[in-house]
Amino acid sequence: MIARAESVALVGMDGHRIDVEVSLAPGLPVFTIVGLPDPSIQEARERVRAAVQSSGEDWPLKRVTVNLSPAHLRKAGSGFDLAMALGLLAAAGRIAHERLREVCVLGELSLDGSVRRIRGVLPASIVASRAGARAVMVPVANAREAALVRGLDVFAVEHLQQAVRFLRGECELDGVPPAPPGSGSALDEPDLTDVRGNSTAKRVIEITAAGGHNVLMIGAPGGGKTMLARRLAGILPPMTEREAFEVTRIHSIAGLLSDDGGLVDRRPFRAPHHSGSTTGLVGGGSGMPHPGEASLAHRGVLFLDEFGEFRREVLQALRQPMEDGGITIVRSRWAVTYPARFQLVAASNPCACGHFGDSLRPCVCAPGRVMAYQERLTGPIVDRIDLQVEIPRLARGQLFAAPEGDSSATVAQRVAGAREVQRARFGESGAASNAEVRAADIERLCLPTAAARAVLERAIEGLALSARGAHRVMRVARTIADLGGEEQTGSDCVEEALGYRVLDARE
Amino acid sequence: MSVDGRADVRVARRRDAEFLDCLREIEPVPETLWVLGRDLRALGPCVAIVGARSPTPYGLEVARGLASDLASAGVCVVSGMARGIDAAAHEGALAARGATVAVLGSGVDVPYPAMNRPLYERIARNGTIVSEFAPGTRARKFHFPRRNRIIAALASAVVVVQAARRSGALGTAGLALDAGREVLAVPGDVRSELSVGPHALLRDGAKLCACAGDVLDGLHLELIRPAGQDPKRSCPQEAAVVRALAAGPARADQIAARAELDHPAAMRAIARLEIAGIVARGPGGVYRRREIGGA
Repeated sequence: MIARAESVALVGMDGHRIDVEVSLAPGLPVFTIVGLPDPSIQEARERVRAAVQSSGEDWPLKRVTVNLSPAHLRKAGSGFDLAMALGLLAAAGRIAHERLREVCVLGELSLDGSVRRIRGVLPASIVASRAGARAVMVPVANAREAALVRGLDVFAVEHLQQAVRFLRGECELDGVPPAPPGSGSALDEPDLTDVRGNSTAKRVIEITAAGGHNVLMIGAPGGGKTMLARRLAGILPPMTEREAFEVTRIHSIAGLLSDDGGLVDRRPFRAPHHSGSTTGLVGGGSGMPHPGEASLAHRGVLFLDEFGEFRREVLQALRQPMEDGGITIVRSRWAVTYPARFQLVAASNPCACGHFGDSLRPCVCAPGRVMAYQERLTGPIVDRIDLQVEIPRLARGQLFAAPEGDSSATVAQRVAGAREVQRARFGESGAASNAEVRAADIERLCLPTAAARAVLERAIEGLALSARGAHRVMRVARTIADLGGEEQTGSDCVEEALGYRVLDARE
Repeated sequence: MSVDGRADVRVARRRDAEFLDCLREIEPVPETLWVLGRDLRALGPCVAIVGARSPTPYGLEVARGLASDLASAGVCVVSGMARGIDAAAHEGALAARGATVAVLGSGVDVPYPAMNRPLYERIARNGTIVSEFAPGTRARKFHFPRRNRIIAALASAVVVVQAARRSGALGTAGLALDAGREVLAVPGDVRSELSVGPHALLRDGAKLCACAGDVLDGLHLELIRPAGQDPKRSCPQEAAVVRALAAGPARADQIAARAELDHPAAMRAIARLEIAGIVARGPGGVYRRREIGGA
């Protein structure tokens, strides 16, 4: 007796439909799984056996063989448990084969038969839908994300027994209520007015958001670098539905979605610690490569505090995503690409003790060490950072001052306006924001006036600005012009941008 | 008389003409001095500027500005070439093309600290390097108090800019008092550890030093304003920024507040002044005037 259940094996963001074939044959009662399962799937045998027995069903005293086909694909994870159990019961004639063939089954089993949440239900449901499935059976905890896929019926089950009774037609399942739209309300988003003093930093954050730039913040601990970085995510324009869908898919694979959350509609803010590994930052790991922090920050903000403390090779790994907007992890059998288009906020102390340049406390670092510390703030990643801002420690009394400046909502409106202008200007050129304008296109796309060019040339002379530095200033100047609603980049924009230029420790 | 190693090193013994009389006013009187660079007799009035090795930008700024103003007024700036205030003092004097003397705790041919070698070379060319220790001697901890006594001897007045409670600069001030020299102190931020030394001196009766004029008054000299660039710029915003910086170095947001400009306007004016070489951006995003003498 042979039965088939359908499931999905994910490969990165995509996946393949998998047939879970179960055969019951006379012979000694053994349970084997074939079809390139990795060790994590072999463990499914114990879970499936216990769960079936816990559901009040007899374990068939037959030779049980499960084949996961196509057999050339390596499969991992616990998401096939439910499909195997249901396939087995169908093969034993306990549920109707036809009913089972109509749904794609995803879910892990617990020993007591309850169905547990798994990662990657959203991308798996998308794969199922594309492969022609009309319905998916998923754990209740994953129901909301599966329900995001249009035209797909979602059967949410809590227990194996419930799934069995449903397939026998003995009970109905509750429908999945749609996720409340905008579950991430703007109310609990930290606001820019909370940031006291430092109008320079606020202006820089606004420009950063408006032009899609990367930014370097330098300042002593406690100056509010993290606070500012968090607010950057809050003033970025809202994600389009497509962007939100992308982000939700990645977060689904990483298992970051909450039970009640539907679409992730707030831009992510990720702040990995500097002691993290390359794998943690860009993804990878044994078995199926998982997305790293850079991908989890896709369409949002990646905040690297203590930037100088990150190991060189870890930072090097960020080069590819910063150039291509994605990370490709190559393995012997497959290559997986996760999107990773984020805005980088790098923060650093000015020196090891944090007081270099402080007006009150002396820096206790040996002068050579200050240089060595700042030397670490160079390299290919810093070369992609357009703005630099110093964040001083708050003076006494500033901490509890009244809120000041524009609210996040006001700034966000200006940012959205500037982004709109950029979209219209770039059209098909491939750049999505000023930060992405290639060096060769700067003259054509940034539209500097003759006076602006003259200022930049004087700056190259007077401030020892490098060619690359001049390009970065021009991109930032273009964003300032966009915020001001100006057609051309004037000399005033270039002058202001010069104040935010990245100082190169090597010069 | 020349010495091996560096051909241009001279020796000034007690009987030599280059062994200035003021060197006899300290205890113990040095036996010999090794000298490199300009003749000690050509220095004119000398003022020592000493202070912390790890100063704040404020201290560096004041030391440099003071040295530059004094040097412009024809005063020779004496210090110990240590990092921090000492180095800033020499830098200021050199920038104003004035005279400066570095008194070392090592041989005159041994730049110490090593990171100040470029400064050492400049002083050797345009100023004077002096030491009580034979050429080739390496700096030792116990050399510095002896070195400080020579700084006190050479100078008519000692100005202390930033010194923590137990700073070598306070030692120099004490030795200067013993030798009958005038001691001045630059007040600092009352919240900073580095103000403890100068404030203690002020409490004990040292003269307050806020500008080069305070030093020159005591020496019966007059401040000569250098004929530098005119700080008045045609643009009112630039002028406002320059005025804002007269109160001391500041970050862009502070400048904007002082000059009552909106932030982008202040930033633009600062950039124009920076390109023109009138202001410079330092650590911590702090801007300062470049020609202090003209303000």
